[in-house]
Parts: sequence; C-alpha cells; structure tokens
Amino acid sequence: MDPISDPICDHCGLPVPDGLYEPEASHQFCCNGCKAVYNILHGSGLENYYKIRSAVDPKAEPAATTGSNYEELDDPAFQSTWVTLSDIDSEIETAEVELLLEGMHCAACVWLIERLPRVADGVIDARANIRRRTVCVRYQPDNIKLSQVAQSLDKLGYAAHPARGKEARAIRIKEDRKFLIRVAVAGALAGNIMLLAIALYGGTFSGISDTWRTTFRYYSMILGLIVLIWPGRIFFTGALAALRTRTAHLDIPIALALASAGIWGTVNTIQGTGEIYFDSVGVLVFLLLVGRWIQHRQQRAASDSVELMLTLTPSSATLIDEEGNTKRVPIETLEAGMSVQVAAGESFPADGIITAGTTTIDNALLTGESVPVASTTGDQALAGATNLSSPVTVRVQAVGEHSRIGKLMQLVAQASEHKTPIVRMADRIAGYFVIIVIILAVFTFTIWSIKAGITIGIENATALLIVTCPCALGLATPMAMSVALGRSARAGMLIKSATVLEQMAHSGSPPGTMILDKTGTLTAASTTVVDSFGDQALLKAAAAIEQSSNHPIARAIASAFGEDLPAATNITQTTAQGITGSVNNQLITIGSVDFVLRLTNTDLPQELQPKFVRLLDRALTPILVHNTTTNAFALIGVGDQLRGDAADSIASLQSRGWNLEICSGDHPRIVESIAHQTRIQTHHGGVTPESKADRVSQLKAARTNPSIPVVMVGDGVNDAAALASADVGIAVHGGAEASLEAADVYLVEPGVAPIVKLTDLSRSTMSTIRLCLLISVCYNTIAASLAMAGLISALIAAILMPISSLTVVAICTRAGKNVAPSKSATESR
Amino acid sequence: MSVIYIMIPAALLLAAIGVAAFILAAKNGQFDDLDTPALRAIFDDDETPSDTTKEKSVTKEDDA
Repeated sequence: MDPISDPICDHCGLPVPDGLYEPEASHQFCCNGCKAVYNILHGSGLENYYKIRSAVDPKAEPAATTGSNYEELDDPAFQSTWVTLSDIDSEIETAEVELLLEGMHCAACVWLIERLPRVADGVIDARANIRRRTVCVRYQPDNIKLSQVAQSLDKLGYAAHPARGKEARAIRIKEDRKFLIRVAVAGALAGNIMLLAIALYGGTFSGISDTWRTTFRYYSMILGLIVLIWPGRIFFTGALAALRTRTAHLDIPIALALASAGIWGTVNTIQGTGEIYFDSVGVLVFLLLVGRWIQHRQQRAASDSVELMLTLTPSSATLIDEEGNTKRVPIETLEAGMSVQVAAGESFPADGIITAGTTTIDNALLTGESVPVASTTGDQALAGATNLSSPVTVRVQAVGEHSRIGKLMQLVAQASEHKTPIVRMADRIAGYFVIIVIILAVFTFTIWSIKAGITIGIENATALLIVTCPCALGLATPMAMSVALGRSARAGMLIKSATVLEQMAHSGSPPGTMILDKTGTLTAASTTVVDSFGDQALLKAAAAIEQSSNHPIARAIASAFGEDLPAATNITQTTAQGITGSVNNQLITIGSVDFVLRLTNTDLPQELQPKFVRLLDRALTPILVHNTTTNAFALIGVGDQLRGDAADSIASLQSRGWNLEICSGDHPRIVESIAHQTRIQTHHGGVTPESKADRVSQLKAARTNPSIPVVMVGDGVNDAAALASADVGIAVHGGAEASLEAADVYLVEPGVAPIVKLTDLSRSTMSTIRLCLLISVCYNTIAASLAMAGLISALIAAILMPISSLTVVAICTRAGKNVAPSKSATESR
Repeated sequence: MSVIYIMIPAALLLAAIGVAAFILAAKNGQFDDLDTPALRAIFDDDETPSDTTKEKSVTKEDDA
C-alpha cells in the first residue's frame, strides 16, 4: 500500500478521506476524534497503547469521542445516587463512581483506561471490567470534578454513562460469589475425601489394620457430612421445594442418592461394617455444582452484554429555569410543570406539550410508524420519541413511570412475572426416573433381605440408589446448554435463559407460531429511495436541493443519486410537504404530488400516472419532481424497504413449518404490501403496543398443545409488552432499550436471518442432550444391574460415575458445532 | 505410623485455612471479574508516576 496515495489514519489505521488529507502534515488522521486521541496519548506518554493494541487486536476503530461536557454529572442529585464517598483516608476526601463506557473492546482499551490517572489530574485509580464494559474510578472531588473525569474518558474515545442498576447488580454479585464458594468448598472436600478413599481402597486389596480403617472411615464420614450440609444443601432444598409443589425436578433423584449415601455411610461407619460411599458423594456434588456454575456464568454473560444497551438512551435533559437559562440535569429530577428544551436529533425526556417551536417528530419508538409527524405549539410529545427537525420547548406533563412509555414498561414487567416456566425435559425424565429407581430399590431390598438378611438387603438397595444417581444427566443439561449459549453468542445471538433453546427446538407440526413486527424487523426501519423514474439530471438536481432538509424523505433522496450533485440555491422549505430551489437557474419543485401540482399549476403527465398508481400499490410514498423551466417531471418512490435477507429467512421458517404472521403499528396498506412480498398470510396493521400483547395472549390461549411456543420478534418499545408475554421473545438488532429488557433473546446482527440459525441451534442442542440422556440411561442400567446382583462395591461406584460424567461432557462440547460464527458477533453494538 | 494421627488433622487444618482464605477473597470481590485480569497479563510495568498529589501510588503489579 502506497503511503502517499492511500494514506491511513495514524491512530486507527482506517483510510483517510480525501478531504482530510494534509500533504504537509507529518501525521494523517481519518477524523478529529482520532487526531485528538493521538495527541493526548503522545502528550501523556502513553504511546505504548499502540504496541499493546497491535499485539491483541488486528482490527481498530476510529476514536468515538462525543465532546459532551457531562455537566449533569455534577448535579447533587446525581452525585447522591451514583457516587460513594470512601472514608479510607480521612485526610483527603476520595470518591468512587462506576461508569459504563462505550467503545471498550480489547486489552489495549483496558490498558489505556486504567492509565486515566496520567491523563486526568485528581484521579487516583481506574479499574476496568471488560465483560461489563465498566470502569470503577476513584478520584479526589477537591481536585477534579466528576464531569471532568467523564470528559477525560470521552476525550480518549470512551463516552461515559452512569452504570445503572446498582442494587440489582449488587444482589447478582452476592449470588455469584456464593455459587463460586460452594463449588470451591465442594472441590476441596471431594479432593480430601478421595485421598482417604485411596488409602481405603489400597487396604481392600493389600490389607489394612482395623484401627486405620476405622480412623479413615470416620474422617471420610465427617468430611462427607460437611459436603452434604454445606455445598450439597442446595440439592436438598431444591428437592423439597419440588416435592412441595409437586413438580418433577432433577434435584429429586440427586437428593435421594445423596441422602441414602450419607445416611447409610454414617450407619456403616459407626457400626464398622459394610461399604461407605462418601468419595462418590463428594465428587458427585462437585461435578454437578461445576456444571451449574458454568451455565450460570454463561447466562450472566448474555445479561451483561445487554446491559450496555440499556444506558445508551439519554439520562439527562436540558432544563429551562424561570430566567430562561438552560442547564443539563439528570432525568430523575424532572417534574411536571418544568420546561425543557429538546434539540433536533434529541429524544424527548418526558411526556409533555410543546410550548414553543415547530418540528417533526419520529414516534416510531412507540407506534412503530415510520412517517414523521408534524408537530407545533399545543401538540403533545411523548417521552422516547425523537425530535427531528427543529428545537422545541416542552412543558413536562408526565415523567418516568407515569409517562406512556413508563406505563408500557409496567405492562412488560407484569407480563414477565406471569410467564409460565416450562418444565425442562431433564426434569420430566427425572420424574419417571425416581419412580423406577424406588421400585427397583424396594424390589432389591425385599429379595436380598429374604435371601441374606436385612443388612445385606439395605446394603444392596442403598448401593442401587447411589449408583443410579443421574449425575450424567444432571451434568449434561447445564453443560450442553452453556456450550450452546456460548456458540450462539459467537453466532450473534445473546440468549438470556437456557429454556429458550428447549422451546425453540419443539418439533412436530407446527414447530411454533411466530409473530413478526414489521418496522426494524422485516424492514430496514429507514426511509430509502426504492424506485425512481425520470431524467438523471433532474433527479440529481432534486437530490442537491434535498440536501438542505433534515426530513427523512429528504435525506433519503439526497443520498440516493450519487455524490456529484450540482449546486442548489434559493431553497424554501414547506414543512412536511415539499421544498423548492434553483439549480442552474432552473426552478425545481419537489414534494408530495398534491403539493407540486398545486404549486406549479400543472397536471401529472400521462406516462407517469400508471407508475404513480404502482408506487401506491407497493405502499411507497410518491415524491414528484418538477422543473418549471423545461416542464420536465420525475417520480421518486420512497419507503421502508424490506431487508434483503428477510424473504429468504421467512421462506426457510415457513418450510420448517412455522406459522408466521405480521403485527405492526404501521398503516395496514403498507403492512399488507410487506406481507405480500414475503408470502405471509396473516397480517395486522395499525396495532397498538397493548394490542400486540393481546394478540400474543390470544395465540397462546388458542393453541392445541401448550408445548407449541408462541414466539414474538420485534425491536421497538411498542413490541416490549408482546415480547414479555410471548413464550420466547426475540429482540432484533437496533432495538429499543425496553424490548431488550423484555426479550429472552437478543440478536446482535440486523435482520431475521439469525432466527433461522436459532431454530437449528436449538434442535442440535436438544438432540445432544437426548444423546447424553441415552448414554446416562445405559450407564445407569449397567450400574443398576450390578447393584441388584450384589456386585457393586464403593470402588466400582467411584469409577463408574466419573466415567459416565466424562463421556457426557465430551459429547456436550460437540453441541451446536455446525452453527457458523458471525463476523460482527464479538461486539455487542 | 502413629504420626498419621497428627498428620491427617494437620493436613485438614491446612486445607481448611486454604478454603477460608478463598472464601475471604471471594467475599472481598476478588473473583468477581475473571475476564479482565487475563488481559492485564501482557501489560508491562510503567515508570513510577511523577505526580505528587496522589496520596498513594497506583498498584499495577497484581494479577498475572
């Protein structure tokens, strides 16, 4: 690559755009962000960043500085919620805050962020967490303001946000720690019991004195009982809970096995006769806990990734006080009656009435409608909607949970609580398992008692209960699930709960019913030029004029006809109707057909009329262009286009037997057109968010078999309630915060193609689990037969169980191997 | 061989101390983040910071 003719940015390595190349400068940059970061790094002696980055990350991104001043972070209300003052050193006050960062994605970022003390004076310590994308900063409030800390991070290319959900996270962290401790304690105990067991086994073969035998057995008993009382306790509490609610759960047979091993082992130790099984108990508890811990961590990873999305919505607003001064404040401090200013491109922080200004508003978040709504003084604006064209002043009416979005979120929360948990396949099997095993145990006990006495009868029955412990099954399900969750994460699907796989794998006809949202899910959720008719020069002139407008249709036209556009002058906009301007001294009128014909006093030419009708049929918005000087016309069809991969994915799903339907808030005509293009029979347009949730409930009530899943696929806030009440809710890339919280699966890539992958992955995982189940049953049959024949000893039990577990683990790591990873899956945005 | 009467309790005591240390470390939050320390393994030690306003030097030698 020739450095002169193909200059690359000295910071990120991406090509430098032609307009930014400076032949005399010693360094070239692709953007101001990169330039700024490069200078900071060299100015603070942090050039090692580049060395580390090239060692770990072959792909770099331009520095994403936002230039915000973060003054809302200094507000006392914000500080009291998010900042903790530490009293470690009473001399100088230190404060601690956790910030969520955008753009942290590799070791070099961690290195750079943890060097923050070098860049910002007053920062004592910065500790990054790459999985949660957060940094914990300790600083001296007397020397540096929190806003300045955030500004420093921003200047390095990492935009900062408060890390929300602190209490929930604190609870989760406590839970995680307890889990880890249980695993560690079980491992330590199991290891020590096994050491003692080796001595005892050696003694069985080559003789051991009675004193030693008794001593070792007592030690094994003590350690074994500790295992059952401490880490193993959760199996007993789980089994009791399952018995009380009369549901089948894998914990029941496990608890049965552990209890019999514990009780009988204790009796035998005290009596000095028979076998003890504490080594099997220890290893059993340890392996089962490890399996569950791995799955637990995997599910956490998905939730953590989603959390970053949750804070990318604005957490502050511009307040206008009585004197007319503006100030950025945290959203939590807004109350009804206050006035806020909402700039173009910003989201409305609360429900309110516009008191000054005229603009267009994008309500897609709430209604799913992709057409901007012209709004002026006296009109209502909803929290979460985007202000498109001009700044407005809004008097706040409802904030937070009282706003329309807030109420919708409550609906989501309620729906999530009422979600019926499915009984996993493993648990169902456990139900039958227990019954069979108990029957066999009673049978063994009776026969052997008659044959050789009660003691032998109990001995063999207990041996049976212990060796038929479904360790392999108890290990298989979490392991296969967690491997599948990991594989799916790499393939671009973040799954929050393993039961999703089981539900999506339902086979039979139909495998399920899927409701699809239109905007953002099937379509690209952006207004683009889909078709155009007319002279190229005229179209380019139209594009040149449309460059001056912020309206989505204008932006679509401006970018659709190439880069080399003529100069446009004398531009006059009529909000939401059209625009006029001059190109090459010719007056051009662009806009809705009515607007143009009225303004130019002309009629639509004959040859364009059928094309006009066809555009309407395709549910596109026709935009007419007229050149007054030449009396030439051009017609442009603008609309929300179906995604390229959508038709194929839909066809795949239909061929697999899925019942599909479209449920959208957009105009029924448009929805019908999309349904037609994708060959989906059932479609509903103009649906409110509440009605979408109703439709889900309707389908759930109408199904013939409760195991047929009702799946909802959507992206907006208007889908959130439906996502929460569906059996499986899938949030599509680019989705709103609320739908991410409500959904069970989050697709990292745009489009619905990953859903097809999801069904395949689910099937593959479930068949792996079934294979493991088969192997588990084989082992258990062999073991049970040996036990019933009186041939089981503690040694054989101790060998059989780990072998069955290892076999199962080996098979599980193959789960979902045929699912290809996606290129964008390693980043969550 | 009667030394075993002392050895086993001693060994178990050592194991118990190990487990106690682990539990203390876990409760202290040292195992909360298992991913980032792996990245820190490739960082070099920096020169000592020259800034005198810091009340204690930033520790960078942990996590290998």
